[in-house]
Amino acid sequence: MLELRDKQDLRVTIAGITFSNPITTASGTFSAKESGYFYDLNELGAVITKGVSSHAWEGNKTPRIAETYGGMLNAVGLQNPGIDDFIANELPWLQKLDTKIIVNVAGKTPEDYYTVVEKLWHEKIDLLEINISCPNIKCGGIGFGTSPKMAAEITKEIKKRARQPIIMKLTPNVTDITEIAKAVEAEGADGVSLINTLLGMKIDVHTRKPALFNKTGGLSGPAIKPVAVRMVYQVRRSVGIPIIGLGGIMTGEDAAEFIMAGADAVSIGTAALLDPGAPIRIKKELIAYMERYHFNSIKEIRDGFIDL
Amino acid sequence: MTKKILEERITSNQKIAEGIFRMTIYSPEIAQNCTPGQFVNLYPRGRHTLLPRPISLCKIEDEHITLVYGVVGQGTQEFSEYTQGQELRVSTPQGNGFDIGPSLSEKMSKFTVKREGEVPTLGRSELEAGRQMTLVGGGLGVPSLVALAKALITQGHHIRVICGFRTEPYLIEEFEALGISLYVTTDSGDYGFKGTVMDYICAHPFASDYYYACGPKPMLRELAAYCREKQVPVQVSMEERMGCGYGACLGCVCNTQRGYKKVCSEGPVFLGEEVDWYA
Repeated sequence: MLELRDKQDLRVTIAGITFSNPITTASGTFSAKESGYFYDLNELGAVITKGVSSHAWEGNKTPRIAETYGGMLNAVGLQNPGIDDFIANELPWLQKLDTKIIVNVAGKTPEDYYTVVEKLWHEKIDLLEINISCPNIKCGGIGFGTSPKMAAEITKEIKKRARQPIIMKLTPNVTDITEIAKAVEAEGADGVSLINTLLGMKIDVHTRKPALFNKTGGLSGPAIKPVAVRMVYQVRRSVGIPIIGLGGIMTGEDAAEFIMAGADAVSIGTAALLDPGAPIRIKKELIAYMERYHFNSIKEIRDGFIDL
Repeated sequence: MTKKILEERITSNQKIAEGIFRMTIYSPEIAQNCTPGQFVNLYPRGRHTLLPRPISLCKIEDEHITLVYGVVGQGTQEFSEYTQGQELRVSTPQGNGFDIGPSLSEKMSKFTVKREGEVPTLGRSELEAGRQMTLVGGGLGVPSLVALAKALITQGHHIRVICGFRTEPYLIEEFEALGISLYVTTDSGDYGFKGTVMDYICAHPFASDYYYACGPKPMLRELAAYCREKQVPVQVSMEERMGCGYGACLGCVCNTQRGYKKVCSEGPVFLGEEVDWYA
């Protein structure tokens, strides 16, 4: 395997930060402690943390999870201990790793986001991923991500206050995602990640109740992959900034598909729930794919796409 | 990197009651590293059923584990069709099992309740040998009590098991083989006492030093209230709809006096007093 790896250059650069490979962990599906029981976290291109807010958020009541055909709904509601606890307890742990750190930032008001990015000013982290797309919180969140005007405004204000490059995480629950991508690029976003989950719902016809306490939730998993690939493809043709692509990536070939569509890096989410070691397996499969088609770099995969 | 997903061989998989199956898996790696009350994640092969199914350990032997599960959806339907000799994907043991005495953890021994009228802190003395232990199970909560009962007997405790079913009991022979006091209830009255386990407990008062329970949440809530009134500690194994089953996704949480805790990795066993039953 070592020989094989030597031949391929898996490095990718996002906003001036070079990752050893394009594999990252999708926010909300990764815990350094728990995921670290299953694989060597240093193998990742970057870790993307769970959403961190200005204060502790309790999250939604249960049930928070419902399986659907080829996918799942979640309505966790961004449960997290808040930025101070994150900096005190989780960040030191992440900083010991030999990989890049991307902190996902969540908020209900603009001030929530500002507090978090300002508190991260002095911290040794590589990038910020700004979640303006969570469908599971009542106010804020997705509200900022569904109008180009609001997305532009929050990007501009966060950009002023953040020391690290910012990646805006976009929602697919809009009429035209390219409008949002263009708006955040215009206000200085250093990259975009897409897609967050698709708003969905499941009713248990036996109990005759919604499957989730929150009634609606975010759909993820292979069921949404074609939607995600289409959106990455459209956004790639609308903006010049880097894209982290995600949405139902289960295999190395899926990762290659996102790269051809225009992604610079990819995130692995739901796959890690059914295969805790999925990020590393997918990385190996991507290397095998590159070997098979004689691609020597991630850029060669992207350029190899024949878009007639 | 201490947890794994294994490919293990099924040595038997049989129906033991309507909709209830017993599967035995050859896995020295799991059998020699687990405790009663822990669970394993079983991964369906079907590509449309993505998530693991958490199943508690029913019996733990030298090289085998036995799981008893209900067919409740597509994933468990798939498991029920597996045959002897087939391999399946199964995780190494997850969660914290029941606390059975000598290994009483720091966390539990130091646990104190800050509300008024609380039961005494769970102390080591309650778990010393020769105590009267009552194990209460409901439906698919019953299987994990088999391994627990066996472990408690080894510790020299007196065991009383009360288990309730809708209509058809199962695993009765497992408890009988242990030579312990067994009381069975059914909602329908088809077998044993007619009513729920709580109906039985209230109708037949007895002395008990300690309780363990696994079953539906309403049963656990009632039992926790009962134990609180009697000033007796109870450990409850909670169930919740899970995502990853290993602590990463925050899908399965239990509301406790100290906020939400992850059922899969911080539970599934909690003290009755620790759980916020009415949140």
